[in-house]
Amino acid sequence: MTSVISARNLRKAFGDFVAVDGIDFDVAPGESFGFLGPNGAGKTSTMRMIGCVSPITSGTMRIFDLDPERDGPAIRARMGVVPQADQLDSELTVVENLVIYGRYFDISRAECRRRAAELLEFVQLTERADERVDPLSGGMKRRLTIARSLMSDPDLLLLDEPTTGLDPQARHILWDRLYRLKQRGVTLVLTTHYMDEAEQLCDRLVVMDGGRIVAEGSPRGLIEQHATREVLELRLHRDTVGDAAEQPDRDAAALATIDGIGDRQEVLPDRVLIYAHDGEAALSEVHGRGVEPVGSLVRRSSLEDVFLRLTGRTLID
Amino acid sequence: MNTPTTVRVWESEFAVYRKIWQSHVLLAFVQPLLYLVGIGIGVGALIDDNADSTSSLGGLTYFEFLAPALLATTAMMSAGQASLWQVLDGFFWGNRYRAMAATPLTPNDIASGLTLWHATRCLIGVTGVAAVLALFPETRSWGLLLAIPAAVLTGLAFALPITAWSSTRYSGGSFPTIIRFGLLPMFLFGGAFFPIDQLPGWLQPVAYVTPLWHGIQLCRGAVIESVSAGNVGVHLAVLGAYIIGGWLACRITFARRLAP
Repeated sequence: MTSVISARNLRKAFGDFVAVDGIDFDVAPGESFGFLGPNGAGKTSTMRMIGCVSPITSGTMRIFDLDPERDGPAIRARMGVVPQADQLDSELTVVENLVIYGRYFDISRAECRRRAAELLEFVQLTERADERVDPLSGGMKRRLTIARSLMSDPDLLLLDEPTTGLDPQARHILWDRLYRLKQRGVTLVLTTHYMDEAEQLCDRLVVMDGGRIVAEGSPRGLIEQHATREVLELRLHRDTVGDAAEQPDRDAAALATIDGIGDRQEVLPDRVLIYAHDGEAALSEVHGRGVEPVGSLVRRSSLEDVFLRLTGRTLID
Repeated sequence: MNTPTTVRVWESEFAVYRKIWQSHVLLAFVQPLLYLVGIGIGVGALIDDNADSTSSLGGLTYFEFLAPALLATTAMMSAGQASLWQVLDGFFWGNRYRAMAATPLTPNDIASGLTLWHATRCLIGVTGVAAVLALFPETRSWGLLLAIPAAVLTGLAFALPITAWSSTRYSGGSFPTIIRFGLLPMFLFGGAFFPIDQLPGWLQPVAYVTPLWHGIQLCRGAVIESVSAGNVGVHLAVLGAYIIGGWLACRITFARRLAP
């Protein structure tokens, strides 16, 4: 089968502001595909074009081999959308939210109720079925929003920053549910600015910055291509107010001393990252040159490092 | 299933309304009843003693003059209020219209469904007023059945332009102004409580272009046998112009807001 989504030279401009600046991508059936990037990278604008709620400015896009401009309703009928902010009807109960949403797709009331019961089970909200939405926690509302997006039994699920603002436990529950959907063959397209989320959920992703795609590949592949196996993080000084003025000079001296250690170094405001195949060895060498950092950490490279390498900036500013 | 898209949107509005219907229906009965007793009968007793007053009311008692107009004013107030915060909520705070736009429903479907809902809500409120009028011998008339659709049209003539406005907003800051300097003056000076030929000459043309006066004329003409509604065609045309203009505006503003 051909791609579920296929975009060529896709652009979106609002007046003079170019939100998406000519991107190409394809999403295969059953694939889990991510857009990774900082705020303002153009992820949400891209998602809205895929969701057929924002006309494309130029370029071409096909979804289910249909034209979003002409066949918007037909495409949306096969798609579930989890928006960035929950759009639940706060006056209605949990189950009413699902039934009403199913009716938008012209699913019969009886069938809506059957699916709602099933989906509430899936997102572990069965006990809350007849309660109002308002008092639910953020994580529960998110799960309800996902259940709602599944009412139409979609072939493609769009998730715009699905776990932003959730606590770690709620995120893991959500990831688990999304993973199960993927197992069932639902194509997932998501945006995130969390590296761990992209690594958990995406088979393949593109890194966006300033409306463009700056890299594409699997999470592992991108890390192998753009970062070393390990990273040594050094904190050179404590954040004290008193000697702040002298800090830059002392930092510069320390940086000059450790120069050349590892494959590459990245100086951030609060720490220095040293990219090396063996982080512990790099740390020994730092000590060997007489620099005593106040803190050090050796970790595996992540997509954050890929992004930093490609753009010179961290994902969350 | 093959439910028209308009009806699917309507169902959603109705589901929310079901949570608050008691207070809406109660208000539709109680408010006109208060006006009728307090002003129609109470103030009316003072007015009807004065022969000059009755002649300027076209030979009607004050009760007969006021009562049918309440059909139109209730429609206006209720439709106006349902078109402000509730509509903005759907686009901005609660985002229910955005949620709908992510489904097979289009911005046009949403505008149509909301229009059908405004008409339904007006119909419920106006029927309440008509039921109250049917309690009093002066206004117990088959003409009430004609006045109901006239009042619904009056409500829509307010609901649609105001809905179009609300759908472009990002805060409700302008809404109290619309009520205080738009709806409330029309309610007081639009021909419900006294004939508009008592207004200063320069104000009368203003009353002629507001939908409310035309709605009131239609309702009064329908309910009170001795009164002619005047040129029914003109009244309907003015209401129609507001409804069609508001509808076209909604089509544009909904599309801009939901599919930018």
